[in-house]
Amino acid sequence: MTLPRAAFRIYNWRSLLKFVLPVAIIVVWELFAIWINNPFILPRLEAVVAVLLAPTADILGNGSLAANAATSLERVLAGFFVAAAIAIPLGIGMGRSVTLNQLFDTLMQLLRPIPPLAWVPLALAWFKIGLVSMVFIIGMGAFFPILLNTLYGVKGVKKNWIETAEILGAKEHQVLSRVVLPGALPTIWTGLRVGFGIAWMCVVAAEMMPGTNSGLGYLIIAAYNWSQVPVIIAGMVVIGIIGIGVDVFFKAIERRSFGWRELER
Amino acid sequence: MTLSVEHLTKEYVKNGQEPVQALVNISLEIQDTEFVCVLGPSGCGKTTLLRIIAGLERPTSGRVHIDGTVIEGPSQKLGMIFQDYSLYPWRTVNDNIAFGLELNHVPREKRAKIVQKYLELAGLSDFGNSYPHELSGGMRQRIAVVRALAVEPSVLLMDEPFGALDAQTRNMLQHELLEIWQKTKKTILFVTHSVDEAVYLADRIVVLSPRPGHICEVIPIDQQRPRDRTSVEFARVRRHVLDLISQKCSFQ
Repeated sequence: MTLPRAAFRIYNWRSLLKFVLPVAIIVVWELFAIWINNPFILPRLEAVVAVLLAPTADILGNGSLAANAATSLERVLAGFFVAAAIAIPLGIGMGRSVTLNQLFDTLMQLLRPIPPLAWVPLALAWFKIGLVSMVFIIGMGAFFPILLNTLYGVKGVKKNWIETAEILGAKEHQVLSRVVLPGALPTIWTGLRVGFGIAWMCVVAAEMMPGTNSGLGYLIIAAYNWSQVPVIIAGMVVIGIIGIGVDVFFKAIERRSFGWRELER
Repeated sequence: MTLSVEHLTKEYVKNGQEPVQALVNISLEIQDTEFVCVLGPSGCGKTTLLRIIAGLERPTSGRVHIDGTVIEGPSQKLGMIFQDYSLYPWRTVNDNIAFGLELNHVPREKRAKIVQKYLELAGLSDFGNSYPHELSGGMRQRIAVVRALAVEPSVLLMDEPFGALDAQTRNMLQHELLEIWQKTKKTILFVTHSVDEAVYLADRIVVLSPRPGHICEVIPIDQQRPRDRTSVEFARVRRHVLDLISQKCSFQ
């Protein structure tokens, strides 16, 4: 079937829409930068691009953009994995056992509304500046989305799926590994995706705390202290790009492996 | 194989309320290779009866035994088929059929052979690598039936299995079920609210009354198979069943 020419044009026009605002912002930025003419407030686009194009160049003795991004990523991965390693088993336990649910529910409800960054002073008091307190804060951020989605996913596993398995001879551990886990996995995956997003925000914020000396958050603060606005903006752009990249990765796996969730029924 | 249900009663107790009776004093003996339909209006407890027999729920009193062993939990002697098919959407058709065999550690090669055999029995040899969501409702229910059969239960318990299908598919599946039943010589206990379906399928129809469910009539159907839904004879039997129900059971 061939579409009429007009249909093509409308389709292309629509698909270009999503680029309109980013481009407009860049144009307005550039106009403002020329108008203000003060690189300490708003640098020209080319100054930021120059920083981005030299990701391995050292910045004011604080290491390169790439090295600091890698440091942040290492921290976030450590915190994220610790959170997942606790939240997923706990969520499955709470979803499957009324006793465990009763035992943990109140505590979780109490802790959940506390913003991860509110843990910073305690983390510093307990663990001092360093990887452990970073992992703690990041873990706090990632923990609850993973826990709640796991719990929700496990509770959403159809009763008939479980009963069918039991009738076919499944032991409790087989029900868990072959029905509950695969049945809840799409939802758990959503929890991991959301949890990673929050962990990523936490790492940058945590790195801005006094006493830190590496990471993207630190680089931004250091650049501020040296009035290097292009570096601040370049750092923010890198944060955004990594955030999008990870999200795209999670969504790609989701589409490929858990398509059945949407196609069910 | 004999399946016997003895004086089965089921009450549900809600906190601080009078217990609600779902089933009252159900006794039933089912012979080897017999096809029994349990017929009753919605809410009469027929699904509860089936679930108790399957070992998924405990009776308040009475018991069920199969070959002299009391049913106390889910058992591989009793296969169960739900109305919503309950296939695992993340498994292919092959892997769904193989599921029970996997659970019982049947070696891979033997598993593949058994799966092939049942795939053919379901008439879906070309769909082994498809996922359930790629199949029609009728195809999915065929898979659910052979998945249950693959672990070789002696009894198939079916809970309104064709209730979600359109009339034409439903008739076709009823016909196929009878063929499978004759080939595999299973005993089938089939729950339905359709008189037509019961008359078409059953050796014996057990009619349950509205809640609390008790057996108000057991009607043997002697008509030769295959039964012709459009025949005068079929209409006569159907009328006979409806008459008995309206005389003795307070519904229809």
